[in-house]
Amino acid sequence: MTADRLAQVAIRGYLALFFAYLFLPLGVLVGAAFNASRYPTLVPWEGLTGQWFADLLADRLMGEAAWNSLVVGLGVVAVSVPVGTAGALVLSSLHARARTLLYGFLVSPILTPGVIIGIATLIFWNRAFGVPGGLMLTVVAQSSFIAAYCMLLVLARLERFDRAQEEAALSLGASRLQVFRRITLPFLAPALYAGAFIAFLQSFENFNTTLFVVGTDTTLPIRLASMVRQTMSPSVNALAVILIATTVAAAAAYEVLRRRGR
Amino acid sequence: MNGLAARYGWPLAAICLALVAAWLALLILLPQLMMFEFSLRPNLLPRQLGGPEDVRSLANYARLFGNPIHLGIFLQTIWASSLVTVVVLAVCYPIAFYLAQVARGRQAALLFVALVVPFWVNEILRAFAWLILLARNGLVNRLLIDAGLIAEPLPLLGGTGSVLLGMVYAYVLFMVFPLYNAIESLERQQIEAARDLGAPWWRIHWRVVLPHAKPGIAVGCIMTFMLAAGSYAVPMLLGGVRSRWFTEVIYTWFFEGANWNQGAAYAFVLLLLCILFIFAMMRIFRVRVSDIGR
Repeated sequence: MTADRLAQVAIRGYLALFFAYLFLPLGVLVGAAFNASRYPTLVPWEGLTGQWFADLLADRLMGEAAWNSLVVGLGVVAVSVPVGTAGALVLSSLHARARTLLYGFLVSPILTPGVIIGIATLIFWNRAFGVPGGLMLTVVAQSSFIAAYCMLLVLARLERFDRAQEEAALSLGASRLQVFRRITLPFLAPALYAGAFIAFLQSFENFNTTLFVVGTDTTLPIRLASMVRQTMSPSVNALAVILIATTVAAAAAYEVLRRRGR
Repeated sequence: MNGLAARYGWPLAAICLALVAAWLALLILLPQLMMFEFSLRPNLLPRQLGGPEDVRSLANYARLFGNPIHLGIFLQTIWASSLVTVVVLAVCYPIAFYLAQVARGRQAALLFVALVVPFWVNEILRAFAWLILLARNGLVNRLLIDAGLIAEPLPLLGGTGSVLLGMVYAYVLFMVFPLYNAIESLERQQIEAARDLGAPWWRIHWRVVLPHAKPGIAVGCIMTFMLAAGSYAVPMLLGGVRSRWFTEVIYTWFFEGANWNQGAAYAFVLLLLCILFIFAMMRIFRVRVSDIGR
């Protein structure tokens, strides 16, 4: 009994330590955004300021980067959700070996380092079609692996699909297209929304792949990286606060919607 | 394939097939093949293309293995990424187990959310957070000085240590979720049965939980190793000249050396390394392709 008690205390202590490790750096990151010190730090505390946010808003490049990230994110959603859904539908109609083989190829981009996806896309699209590095190529490169995430979500939902519903609709005289539009698509809808959300977030925070295909354009993570390299300014922290707040709000909204949808 | 047409009609089946074919060919297979083909050719001026020098050879690969600095960085990347993977696995296992088998109800939901939130924080920001902490006048040095342990700030940044620390921090959650998914599907009665039969806690883990968690361990290790070996932001921010990463060498070939062919060869070697790692993991843990991505 005492050994069990000891194990309980140990695991709780470990959990506390782990979550401290997870959140303390983020806490310092956020806190330093409001410190008047010109160097990003939490101590010494030199007073509360909103100046770093003002600096950030005055940065024209930052606005451009944010806009580009938004455009690329929407582009990736527009490509990845249909392509991923098509992948899931095709896979679910295949059997045994063919299914395993195609599945292996389609999920392989998830297991490939992002830099390599960027490099391969850059070389191929540049040499074969003359597409230079830029936002368009960024959408292409990111979609190659983000579509796989969408596919996995749709595939998981399809597994729970009762195909008798489709057959019933067919026997009641619905056309095949109607079956898809009125039965299959509504059933898949939650997975499609989830896919769109995940795709946008993945795109929005992608750095490794984007680095090689973005050309002279800039997205938020690219701008962030060059900011961090050039100057150690608390403006980076201010941007961090905005990004973290946005993603946390989005993730919370997503979670609430998902729970309501069930 | 006929099944798809039978269910939704030919037009829709054709659209699906066309999308998948385009994805597979234009976004996955052809780019990788072209990168490999590219890596076999010398870096030539446009007017030399198709000329007598434009032949395939392994010269770009020979250059990697003949360059002790680059080869050293490559080996260091393999070694350090393996280390990160092992550390992350050890750190995550108790967390995943607790979350999947011990925590219940509200507590489990809360812990889960607490894990998801940092997961979505940008990798660059996570590295930057450690950059601030470990800087000369950062929090860690200041605490150590205030505690009277050191007189002068320690140079905590720029070495392999800070890069490893940053990577463990950045990729820890890519291990937690696959592990959690695997352990969660273990029925609790199995653990209780083992306990009733008198097994000590470590044997329960070794003989019951760990074997059941194999697919999760394999997937988590594959993801972590791949992310660490392919990381660019973390070594860029937390490393220094003494701890260059292989991805940084690749980037240099592309955008500073302007030698895409050489860069492609280096990138292909990195890809090969990751593929080998995946197959090794699938063999060791006896995991099939279809277990990945669940």
